[in-house]
Amino acid sequence: MVPKTTSLMKFILFGCLLIVSSHASGQKYISEKSSVTFFSKASIEDISARNEKSMCLLDTGTGDIAFSIPIKEFLFEKSLMQEHFNEKYMESDKFPKSTFQGKLTGFSMTGTGSQPVVANGKLTIHGVTRDVEVTGTFVMDQQIIMAAKFVVKLEDYQVKIPQLLWKNIAESVEVSVDFTLKPYEK
Amino acid sequence: MKSSIILFFALVTVSAQSQDLLAELDKKTPSTPDYVQATFKSTRLVNGQTMETKGKGALEFIFAHRFGPISSGAYELYGLDQAYVRLGLEYGITDRLGAGFGRNSEDKTMDAYLRYKVLRQQSGGGGSPVTVTAFGIAAVKTSPRKEDATYDIQFEDRLSYTGQFLIARKFNQSLSIQLVPTLVHKNTVDRSIEPNNQALIGFGGRLKLTRSVALTTEYYYRFDVPDANPYYNPIGFGVDIETGGHVFQLVMTNSRGLTERAYLTETNGDFFKGDIHLGFNVTRTFQLKKQK
Repeated sequence: MVPKTTSLMKFILFGCLLIVSSHASGQKYISEKSSVTFFSKASIEDISARNEKSMCLLDTGTGDIAFSIPIKEFLFEKSLMQEHFNEKYMESDKFPKSTFQGKLTGFSMTGTGSQPVVANGKLTIHGVTRDVEVTGTFVMDQQIIMAAKFVVKLEDYQVKIPQLLWKNIAESVEVSVDFTLKPYEK
Repeated sequence: MKSSIILFFALVTVSAQSQDLLAELDKKTPSTPDYVQATFKSTRLVNGQTMETKGKGALEFIFAHRFGPISSGAYELYGLDQAYVRLGLEYGITDRLGAGFGRNSEDKTMDAYLRYKVLRQQSGGGGSPVTVTAFGIAAVKTSPRKEDATYDIQFEDRLSYTGQFLIARKFNQSLSIQLVPTLVHKNTVDRSIEPNNQALIGFGGRLKLTRSVALTTEYYYRFDVPDANPYYNPIGFGVDIETGGHVFQLVMTNSRGLTERAYLTETNGDFFKGDIHLGFNVTRTFQLKKQK
């Protein structure tokens, strides 16, 4: 009798937990529009690129957030620069995506105006994953609008600069991330 | 017991959550064709073409140079006293369509060409396993002058055409291989040594040593060559060095010509007897039209 009760208890507990956790996950939001740009100031020429093919998912119940940036979708003014970026620096055949996953804190779904938020989590660039903390803004309107700006040091992600090129490339780049999110229906 | 079970499940659900979001994103991401890029560094392998096209709006200036043969000895400073030059421009009309022209001092030849990427290799599963570029060039050999010619030379006699399919596969980051079925048509030939139409097959490859340096090689085999033909199959080796907008290609080849007619069907050096021409191709790319 005793073992039976325990397994029944387990079952009930597990069931409750499922309900609780699915309730806790609340509403999910997915990106409708995205823009990831980077800018790097260098002695010979400034380098910038824009990517509008990134995707973001946010669970407003738990604050879990993830985004994914397809590297080959960065558009440069110069096609040769774009090729070098993919071929030499980001090695996008090997590492096609950069990703972030973590927790977003500091936002309120009932809040108005621009709310300062912090995202803590793992940023993966060029196959290297690092813990980062990024500050940004969160606006709850009809949609959720999130924006953040942070600096990526190339060295941290083992993005190597060929010696012959060092003058052309800055050692760190400024990345801006903007997402507009809408409720996500599975 | 109970609390530990709860804790366990709670932990599992929490840690799984964030992972799930990324996996979910992956499923949501529309799959776009992932075209392989930078199969070769340049539109030239050694003497011959590669399947590469310039990006839209990019203009490439090509300055190519072949010295005389090393076998010419110390008096000619092993070929360095002579030089054959081709100056050329190539423009990317679209990412797949390019046009170019140039002039080679060898036989004072002017050429104009088009290239179009018919198929593009895709990485991952699906899509084409190779990139195929169709290439067509017309050339006018302006030497000899009418008054210097041994016969009444007409404009048509000076013309030649070459058509190629440049079929290449980038196997991995460092190795790319190219096959080139080729047809050369020369309007006027000495039929005792060569036919008007000549078929060739080219083999070439690139091995990248570092991110900016690569070794290249190229060989064209000519089919049905008449016994009296004095020419050799062109062969070449090179080193590609890339620095930003420049590509330097240092080459060794048995051919001094830099247009298709000349190096494919009129290579007059025997590589293995020291008729080796040192040379280089230097390209500089300018972006005329911004991509955005």
